[in-house]
Amino acid sequence: MNTHNLMLIDPHIHMTSRTTDDYERMQKAGIVAIIEPAFWLGQPRTEAGSFKDYFSSLVGWERFRASQFGIKHYCTIGLNSKEANNEALAEQVMELLPLFVCKEGVVGVGEIGYDDQTPTEDKYFRAQLELAKEVNMPVQVHTPHRDKKAGTIKSMEVCLEHGIAPDMVVIDHNNEETVKDVLDRGFWAAFTIYPNSKMGNERMVEIVKQYGSERIIVNSSADWGVSDPLSVPKTASLMLERGISIEDVRKVCYQNALDSFGKSGQMHESDWLKGTQVDQREKFSDNSVLRGGQTPVVGEVKATDSLDSNIVR
Amino acid sequence: MYQADIYATKTFLMEVLERTTTPEGIKWLVQKMKLVEDENAKPKELYLAFSAASRFIGKAPLQLTPHDAEMADIIRPGFDPSRWTAAQAARTLLILSMPYQDGEAFRQQLETLFNTADMGELVALYAGLPLLPHPELFRERAAEGFRTNMGDVFEAVALDNPYPADYMHEDAWNNMVLKTLFVGKPVFRIYGIEKRRNAKLARILSDYAHERWAAGRPVSPELWRPVGPFIDEAILKDIKKLFAQPSELEQEAAALACAQSSNQQAKELLSAHPQLKSRVENGEITWRLIGDKNLQLS
Ligand SMILES: [Zn+2]
Repeated sequence: MNTHNLMLIDPHIHMTSRTTDDYERMQKAGIVAIIEPAFWLGQPRTEAGSFKDYFSSLVGWERFRASQFGIKHYCTIGLNSKEANNEALAEQVMELLPLFVCKEGVVGVGEIGYDDQTPTEDKYFRAQLELAKEVNMPVQVHTPHRDKKAGTIKSMEVCLEHGIAPDMVVIDHNNEETVKDVLDRGFWAAFTIYPNSKMGNERMVEIVKQYGSERIIVNSSADWGVSDPLSVPKTASLMLERGISIEDVRKVCYQNALDSFGKSGQMHESDWLKGTQVDQREKFSDNSVLRGGQTPVVGEVKATDSLDSNIVR
Repeated sequence: MYQADIYATKTFLMEVLERTTTPEGIKWLVQKMKLVEDENAKPKELYLAFSAASRFIGKAPLQLTPHDAEMADIIRPGFDPSRWTAAQAARTLLILSMPYQDGEAFRQQLETLFNTADMGELVALYAGLPLLPHPELFRERAAEGFRTNMGDVFEAVALDNPYPADYMHEDAWNNMVLKTLFVGKPVFRIYGIEKRRNAKLARILSDYAHERWAAGRPVSPELWRPVGPFIDEAILKDIKKLFAQPSELEQEAAALACAQSSNQQAKELLSAHPQLKSRVENGEITWRLIGDKNLQLS
């Protein structure tokens, strides 16, 4: 893998389900910042308190953990579409959101949208769009796996109906079938390079060749499933290998994520340009992330360029 | 019910903040404080303002004059905002603006903020404990703060903060002192470390020193600070060992501990080290100096 030492951002990754090894590899591969959208945990939560603790771990412990590996951690906060279907719970979660949306490093309301496209999902999608509008925050939209194209178009129409500008909305998990509709309407189009189920990165290369780099964003959505936290660096590397200009790669793997989520006022290049000084010695107590026998990392962490195969299928 | 006059505290913080942040920031804050003061305010008003404070007020260190440090200590003995940021002061002002007549309702609001806070907010909340009304309602919360693994948050509750010394029960206090040593933070920044020393703590600290020695790890000379007055047969052996350490700081700690003991054998032990003894008597060896030097070494 060779990313020509580009700085990279993964604007959609669920780090709470990943290990510190992943943070280390991501940092070495050039990732300087990530955005962790609030999502479901693989099985439904049954208490509002579980949401509260999850949201606070996104702005608290997880952010601290990332900082120990030289990565800036941001997040988006929202009620995901799957769990929005539990109406009694959804009401309580909506009450929690104002506690979190204005926190430092929260760069949007997300990931929200449709899963089965039920009326209840629609209700809470709309309620959260209103909240995003009230606090002037970007929106990160999860598009459905089933009936994808119609669901994607509907998501955008509902955003417009609520008076939200297309450049404040990142439509996620696009594919060849949806990309044109999204770009034509002026929304940001994000693509998830996720083994087997979503996009492979060879397809991603073709999309950038066809549509260019304007408003296109690459992410990994790595989570508790079979997924790859290095999807962004691998895709950047493959794009360069296959003749896409470094400027275009920089846009889809870095700049567009910064420009879209930067509209929150909570994400600035200077946050990581200041140099990623890591001092695990100072911040860690003996019973923290480092366990006995591990040697703390001290000083500036440098990206290296030597990781294996860059194709994700 | 009060640790500090709320009106005086707010006036003081606002004055310092005016020097530290922009006029627009102050305008925003004053407006939010008014909203929060209202008995019928929706909780949402507090939540949004509390978290957005860093955006509008910034995170610059507070601009404090030497006079401010004196004032802080008059308003609340031990209150030390020298490491506070602007956002932290603003968040404290928002909290001190909340209705507090109903102590339990006040505590619950605070708990909600604690339970959903990010690191910067946790620092503000814990460092603000010595200024809150109904201080007796926050013991459990402070003890929770001692359990954190986030260094800055631990410092906010345990160091330069007079709340623990004034309100924590002995076991929780002892845990806090032990954890401070365990995570390698300076003991001299614990407010009231002398006032709250006790026999059980001395025993716990001695055990901890044994554990470190057994593992071949260094023992902070500050560990012995609360131990002196409780030197007995068992601890006397530790002190003897300490005098024999190659580190000068440890020998100095041994001498100071003996000087603070009424144990006859401890006194004799100190007399056996006349040079150290005279330096202690001349005030050349103090716990504060040992703490400072130890911090430079680590
Ligand atoms: Zn996701």
